[in-house]
Amino acid sequence: MLNRRHLLTAGLATGTATILPKMAWAAADTDRRFIFVLQRGAADGLGILAPTGDPSFAPLRGELAATTGTKLDSLFTLHPAMTETANLFAQKQAAFAHAIASGYRERSHFDGQNVLECGAARPYGRDDGWMNRLLSLLPGSERRALALATAVPLALRGTAEVGSYAPSRLPDADTGLMERVAMLYAEDAQLAPLWSSAIQTEAMAATTENAGRGGAAAGKLIASLMNGAEGARMIMVESNGWDTHVNQMGRLNGLLKGVDDMIAAIRTDLGPAWSKTVVLVATEFGRTALVNGTKGTDHGTASAAMLYGGGLAKGGTIMADWPGLATGQLYEGRDLKPTMRFERLVIDTLSAHYGIEPGKLQRTVFPDFV
Amino acid sequence: MLERMPPVSSEIAIAANRFGLGLRPDNPPSGKTANWLSAQIDRYDPRPAAMAALPTRATLIQSLQELQELQRVKRAEAASADDETAMAEKVLKNYRKSLRDHYAEAVDARLQVAIASQTDFAERLVHFWANHFAVSTDKVQIIALAGNYEFDAIRPYVFGKFGDLLKSAVKHPTMLLYLDQAQSIGPDSALAKRVNARRDVDLGLNENLAREILELHTLGVRTVYAQEDVTEFARALTGHTITGLARGQIRRFIDGNTPAGEMVFVDAIHQPGARRVIGNSYTQSGAAQADAILSNLATHPATAKHIAMKLATHFVADTPPPALVAKLEKDFLKTGGDLKSLYRVLLSAPEAWAAGQAKFKSPWEWTVSALRALNLKQLGANKQGPAAVFVQMGQPIWKPGSPAGFGDQAKDWAGPAALMRRVETAGRLAKLTAGRIDARMLAPAILPGTLDPRTAEHIARAESPEQGLALLLVAPEFLRR
Repeated sequence: MLNRRHLLTAGLATGTATILPKMAWAAADTDRRFIFVLQRGAADGLGILAPTGDPSFAPLRGELAATTGTKLDSLFTLHPAMTETANLFAQKQAAFAHAIASGYRERSHFDGQNVLECGAARPYGRDDGWMNRLLSLLPGSERRALALATAVPLALRGTAEVGSYAPSRLPDADTGLMERVAMLYAEDAQLAPLWSSAIQTEAMAATTENAGRGGAAAGKLIASLMNGAEGARMIMVESNGWDTHVNQMGRLNGLLKGVDDMIAAIRTDLGPAWSKTVVLVATEFGRTALVNGTKGTDHGTASAAMLYGGGLAKGGTIMADWPGLATGQLYEGRDLKPTMRFERLVIDTLSAHYGIEPGKLQRTVFPDFV
Repeated sequence: MLERMPPVSSEIAIAANRFGLGLRPDNPPSGKTANWLSAQIDRYDPRPAAMAALPTRATLIQSLQELQELQRVKRAEAASADDETAMAEKVLKNYRKSLRDHYAEAVDARLQVAIASQTDFAERLVHFWANHFAVSTDKVQIIALAGNYEFDAIRPYVFGKFGDLLKSAVKHPTMLLYLDQAQSIGPDSALAKRVNARRDVDLGLNENLAREILELHTLGVRTVYAQEDVTEFARALTGHTITGLARGQIRRFIDGNTPAGEMVFVDAIHQPGARRVIGNSYTQSGAAQADAILSNLATHPATAKHIAMKLATHFVADTPPPALVAKLEKDFLKTGGDLKSLYRVLLSAPEAWAAGQAKFKSPWEWTVSALRALNLKQLGANKQGPAAVFVQMGQPIWKPGSPAGFGDQAKDWAGPAALMRRVETAGRLAKLTAGRIDARMLAPAILPGTLDPRTAEHIARAESPEQGLALLLVAPEFLRR
């Protein structure tokens, strides 16, 4: 059955093309893909990739110290919920960075996320996001980015046009109405591009119509939006619920299983394109080294980041200049000390991925990072 | 037939859209607009019938208690026969459903009050403050309680002193649960000393609520506090917990005669001793200590600046005129956070009445204004009620996902997918009117002085009355306020 959104896009390509500022999506010069998963709420790096080889770890974490999981080397053990990640690590398609943080050193989620997304030296230092600036370095035909959300998050905001998509269970609006809305917005500088982008994306996602929940469903949806010559080249996914102040054990387990399932589905459904894909999973800051009074952890400083991809340059490695967890080694006596900058990880990873000279990438994507 | 409406000034459009929830054509405002808004302060009903009819907090907490008990029993009997496990699963499912039903009922009550309200400026203030002191239902315990929180902790206090509103919000059982205060225990409290010595556990502090009060509710981030102030404040707050859901060790110290779901102060979990927060010493004992800190925070200059900025951003513009913010800040400081006075300053400031539409409506504001314009009470046949529609539109009620609440600027709401959801919803609402309403007449009535002639023309050329109505609801001048 022909989907009405396909009919609509077909219509837009001909009759109404002069009204809508249609995005020109030509054939790709390259087809490198990049997915950024932002763990909102401060994910616990010490829980995800546990430094079980550090003698201070077990006493600090008590019952939260993982005893199972996959031992990746003499120092680190991967959380037991991440079985697919462990497989990918063995195949050199996953990597980690530990004791990592942006330049932000306070403990506010909202400021921390702001810095991580705008990529400035301080909160609200820039109005646009680093992913949007990255888009400007790609060939014109490759600048297709999407947010998996109703509105576009800061990391993707900026001068380059960016779409957003959220699966809907509402009945579709009829084609006639949608065409007239396009005319109604034709002279509105804010609404016209938003509407044109919405229609393009709906048409693509309609091929899978994935309204399911959970990591696997999200992964399938992401892959469907990135597949094909006209698919998105960059996607940002927001993952919520990482603020584990209470009973961290069960919650972290569920959240990490979700990420693990999502990565597995992306890899399967992207097929051959997986070899040209990089996924970065990162959070605004880490959590306290010590368990708090309610079997959880409070806001901390450094955390861990994860990288995935079929052709990952650093696949199968853990990048960490381990600062240690002994009392004198902790940041402000309570948190894992940052020894690597988030910006550095992004610059190194993406310059290898896209074949862009690191200095050039840094000047554009993180101009405030020195 | 295209009948001309009597001319109305755009001042009415500003009053109704920027400060209210949109015009109801069956009940147009009369008299001078500024008076009409400030008169709402006196006419506001803090406890409308739709909300008074909802289950009490004690009832809601009892459901939660029963659910927790069932989950405990189920875990204990996990190894028992399969049919018993299946039975327990069924009972649990019913309880979870009843929690969601309580939530859906409360969302509907909120919506009905907003649709019918003739004091919609006051309702906007309720929604504003409930979002300022946000709780979020992504924590299961909050699902059934979020409505009760807004109706009990916020509604009665929006025209009093900011300090009273602050105390009411942060000490409400729902907030104590949401930001984990109910379980935070002073490491040197009587209970912690006894339990930690006897068994190998560490009962102790949780700094979640203390941090968010400083960062989000009062002073604002990057102002005058440091990590040590957060920790000291967290110590002072220990002792505030709630009846009915407290954990075993805490429960023994709570008077059994107190009804379930009330905030109580339990001295045995309070961290003893004097505290020092942002340069001030607090030597009080018991609950008086946190109260004294909250009173000082409520009138701190950083709080005045923070609230002035947030209020002006909400009503007037994403980047509000500095002169307006300065006026609000000055009044807040002068009156010690008298909210009535603050709103009057807002309403009398010329900057707040500037022409144009600087704000993009949130999904909630847009939906309520659409239902008011069409004189509809419902969002259509939907088993899960209106709550599900707000999920689709990107603003699930009482579920902002973080204690910062929902964003309040165009960038938070004006996205491609969000716009698509509005068009879908508009199409659906238009169908519900079943041809009763002529969009050509409705347009100037709900957008007096702001309706663009081009929009009017698109509406007039629509292929059906329904399509015309849908176009009106998604017209640029109806999406903004």
